[in-house]
Amino acid sequence: MENLINRYRNFTTLILVLFAQLILLAYQVKGNKDVPLLRVWAVTAVTPIATLVEDVRSGVSGFFENYFTLRDVRSENKQMREEMGRLKLENQFLKTELSTAERAKALASFSARSPSKMVAARIVGTGTGGNNKVVFIDRGANAGVQKGMGVVTPDGIVGNVLAAYPTASKVLLVTDPGFAAGVISQKNHVRGVLKGLGYGRCRVDYVENEQKVDMGEEFFTSGDDRVYPQGIPVGKVTAVHDGTSVKEIYVSPAALEQSPEDVLVILEGVNQIVPEYQAPAKQVYLGPDPNPQAADTPTTTGPLQTTADKVMEKYKQIGEQENHKYGVNPSGARPIDFNIKLNPNAPKPAPGPVKPDAGGPPKPAPGEVIEPDVTEAPKPAPKPATPPAGPASPAPAPR
Amino acid sequence: MSYASDRELAVDRTARSSRFKPWAFFAIPILAILFQVYVPLFLPFLSYLELPLMVVIYFALMRRSQVRGLFIGALVGLAQDSLSNNPLGMFGICNTLVGYFAASFGLKIDVEQPFVRLLMTFLLFFFQKFLYWVLTRALLAQPSLFDWRETAILAALNSVVGVFLYHFLDRLREDR
Repeated sequence: MENLINRYRNFTTLILVLFAQLILLAYQVKGNKDVPLLRVWAVTAVTPIATLVEDVRSGVSGFFENYFTLRDVRSENKQMREEMGRLKLENQFLKTELSTAERAKALASFSARSPSKMVAARIVGTGTGGNNKVVFIDRGANAGVQKGMGVVTPDGIVGNVLAAYPTASKVLLVTDPGFAAGVISQKNHVRGVLKGLGYGRCRVDYVENEQKVDMGEEFFTSGDDRVYPQGIPVGKVTAVHDGTSVKEIYVSPAALEQSPEDVLVILEGVNQIVPEYQAPAKQVYLGPDPNPQAADTPTTTGPLQTTADKVMEKYKQIGEQENHKYGVNPSGARPIDFNIKLNPNAPKPAPGPVKPDAGGPPKPAPGEVIEPDVTEAPKPAPKPATPPAGPASPAPAPR
Repeated sequence: MSYASDRELAVDRTARSSRFKPWAFFAIPILAILFQVYVPLFLPFLSYLELPLMVVIYFALMRRSQVRGLFIGALVGLAQDSLSNNPLGMFGICNTLVGYFAASFGLKIDVEQPFVRLLMTFLLFFFQKFLYWVLTRALLAQPSLFDWRETAILAALNSVVGVFLYHFLDRLREDR
């Protein structure tokens, strides 16, 4: 037996080591538990060295850049970046305040609201393994960071704290397949769940096909997940199309477009209103008036083309036959009859706008009733070859 | 193979195994892990380099001891798991098997040749990625894709880098 064990010593050791790790895996996966001790050891061993290396690197490169090439420009640039980041946050907050004030109903919340409490941190390392998107920041439990807290930049959300160690924290990025956060669209207020895909983009799930999401529309945190307060930018929609049951919406996370170096951990989140959508102003070309002097002169029209033109022409002729002036309808006057048969020999007025005062019978006095002359029959024309050029006598309107 | 031939092999293995300065066994893996943690922050394309895996392969090949190889692999793998989002043991199991197999190959073939090292790194890199994919699907039930073309390209790149790295690590050997 001893010989057998000695003979297969290597293989036995391999089986034992593999079995131990399988038990460890099963303990974590089945019980959904973690083994923090090993992770604390590893992170505590690695992150101080990474921080030290980063300090040395930034110190050396900063020294050369500051004193040999750029001198004060670098520190000024850094100061301006910090100032810009602060102003961005302030601007976002003021926009929200303005939006709330315009609605005039949230004055109470305006006064009660206070900005979220955050702590600044620096990214000092990335996670091992190509599939997961994890970074380490140089703030841990000693600085008040706890597991589950949101990590943001002024541009948008970065991820959430996966584990907080004494001197460092592990942050799961929004692009990791295991990441999820509640989001809401800015324009149509569509709610969904943001999920990472393992590469540069994210997807918004659980949005029905019937709901409307536009390309380029911006998503904000909805505050539903109790990790991120409402109103923090997430990213813009880069692709959207209907799926089998829900929409497939892809979002480019705004905070990761430029690899962030400094981040903020939200210690106490305060909800903000999602800014109102403002449609971009469309520029429409308006050419100059080609002939401003001719604007007052009546325009001449061509031959009658449309049915509307023909109907209008018909009503004009009826009006002339009935001696009716459109727009003038004195009380007691007889209403116009549009059912009379038009005299085909009546002259057609020249195309163009008709001047009502030009020619025609005299304007009746208000209250005067004009009776058609039924006793006087029209004189028959002596067999004209062509219709008479002059105005024909109006036929009596059959009443 | 008889028991006697195993003993002969063990004696021969002890004679041929390389010796390293003790600090190298700790410092080199830590440096490799630090490289993987820190450098991709500034040079993202270097995140495809699996220096910890190369270090495991190198020490296992050169020590020519299956037990030492698998322990080196297990420790480096667990350290990688600790710094990743994986449950502990995923990289540990993969690297344990890589270390064991690398040491087994090291017992049978001459691993001083650069071409042999290149081929070994290529095969073991591919094996580690494939095994990791299998474990992810089988043990964690996570849907993931195995792109064998991309893995082959990465394996080739890592093999080339590995040959140069091994040449550098050879300088730390005491038997040279």
